[in-house]
Amino acid sequence: MGVAGPINAALRRVPVWPVYVIGMAPAPWFFWLAATGGLGVEPIAALEQRLGLTGLQFLTAGLAVTPLRRLTGISLIRYRRALGLVGFFHIALHLCVWLALDLQSWPLVWADILKRPYITIGMVAFLLLVPLALTSTDRALRRLGPVRWRRLHRLVYLAVPLGAIHFAMLVKGWQPEPLVYLGAILALLALRIRLQRARVAV
Amino acid sequence: LALSGIAGRARANEDGLAPNTWDEITRYNNFYEFGTGKEDPWHNAGRMTTDPWAVEIGGLVDRPGTYDLADILSGVSLEERLYRLRCVEAWSMVVPWVGFELADLLNRVGVQPSAKYVAFQTLHRPEEMPGQRSPILDWPYVEGLRLDEAMHPLTILATGLYGKDLPNQNGAPIRLVVPWKYGFKSIKSVVRITLTADQPLTSWNAYAPNEYGFYSNVNPDVDHPRWSQATERRIGGGLFSPRVPTQMFNGYAEEVAGLYAGMDLKKLF
Repeated sequence: MGVAGPINAALRRVPVWPVYVIGMAPAPWFFWLAATGGLGVEPIAALEQRLGLTGLQFLTAGLAVTPLRRLTGISLIRYRRALGLVGFFHIALHLCVWLALDLQSWPLVWADILKRPYITIGMVAFLLLVPLALTSTDRALRRLGPVRWRRLHRLVYLAVPLGAIHFAMLVKGWQPEPLVYLGAILALLALRIRLQRARVAV
Repeated sequence: LALSGIAGRARANEDGLAPNTWDEITRYNNFYEFGTGKEDPWHNAGRMTTDPWAVEIGGLVDRPGTYDLADILSGVSLEERLYRLRCVEAWSMVVPWVGFELADLLNRVGVQPSAKYVAFQTLHRPEEMPGQRSPILDWPYVEGLRLDEAMHPLTILATGLYGKDLPNQNGAPIRLVVPWKYGFKSIKSVVRITLTADQPLTSWNAYAPNEYGFYSNVNPDVDHPRWSQATERRIGGGLFSPRVPTQMFNGYAEEVAGLYAGMDLKKLF
């Protein structure tokens, strides 16, 4: 834990708000690129994919906070809410692009949600994240109480791997990228279970 | 370049069948031998050596052999064909190919009466084709057509687009174009053509037979198991371009529907 102490001390001086500012920067940047040709000749699909992937990356980072603290002592817990919310906003924009730019039709949206397993799974993952985003304020935490709040927020352990499965299901051929995300997310969850067991045993 | 009668008809069938731009056609490709990103082929395909190039033609033909590309081209007259291209991923383009009818080549090598199918194979050269170093598909890429599909006047071997030589990312120096089928049937950078009695193996069908049929005719009524094929997005419309309805046989039903008379296209998709 030699390094963890100074790192944590330094982190205490770093406020949380830059995580929101820097974290939300990709979204307008992607929209700008899409509108000006920077995402290639099919900007809708590219924008959809970039937003979804960025969202998944932030949510995965959020899942890494606890294992990182338990393994190294470095605590990013202060930033976890920001990581989760930034991830959620990107996923919400990903969904909006799919609705408003990609399909542009409510009957098509509804048919896809019901008929396409990868979209059903993606939609379920998003819906699981909604209550977590809504209860991310200090007031919600107080009203629910820490035990109930924590229990509710365990939904993230389901939502994020579902998001990665959604990603893995939409590619053609044996493409490694989504499998790497899925593997990393499952590894982070497995680590959490193992660390929890170890703690109980001690 | 003179437009052929067929391309002229196809153009007349649909108002505003305007070709996509050179940049759109050459920077948005699926050619997994060079990576799975849409712009990967544009970035990576320059490494592929396309000269010298020969096509090995064999199987049930009278005059099998390894034909040099120049030799193949000396016996045909090139023409422009303005074709719709519909990808199985539900996007589409319009491409002004330069090529010749596959039937011309097959007639020249002499198809034997026992031949029922034509098998095609793409170049396999992992040192120049980085995607072939990953098991995305079982390399080399192979495709196939029924003989009557291969002999159909809409089926061409293309060697150029917009009056220029085919860029590598579009399947240089010679590729198949079958405009009424999903794009992956139109195999790129062909090095082998084999006439067979039995239905040949095709790469995407071998990878996922429930998703990619041997025929893979464009059909808005038969969805891909993971997405709808009812609509498509025309490349080049920008951020607000709507989806447009997909046409049966990609708009070439008048010319090709007869090939499939009596077949259940929901089963033989």
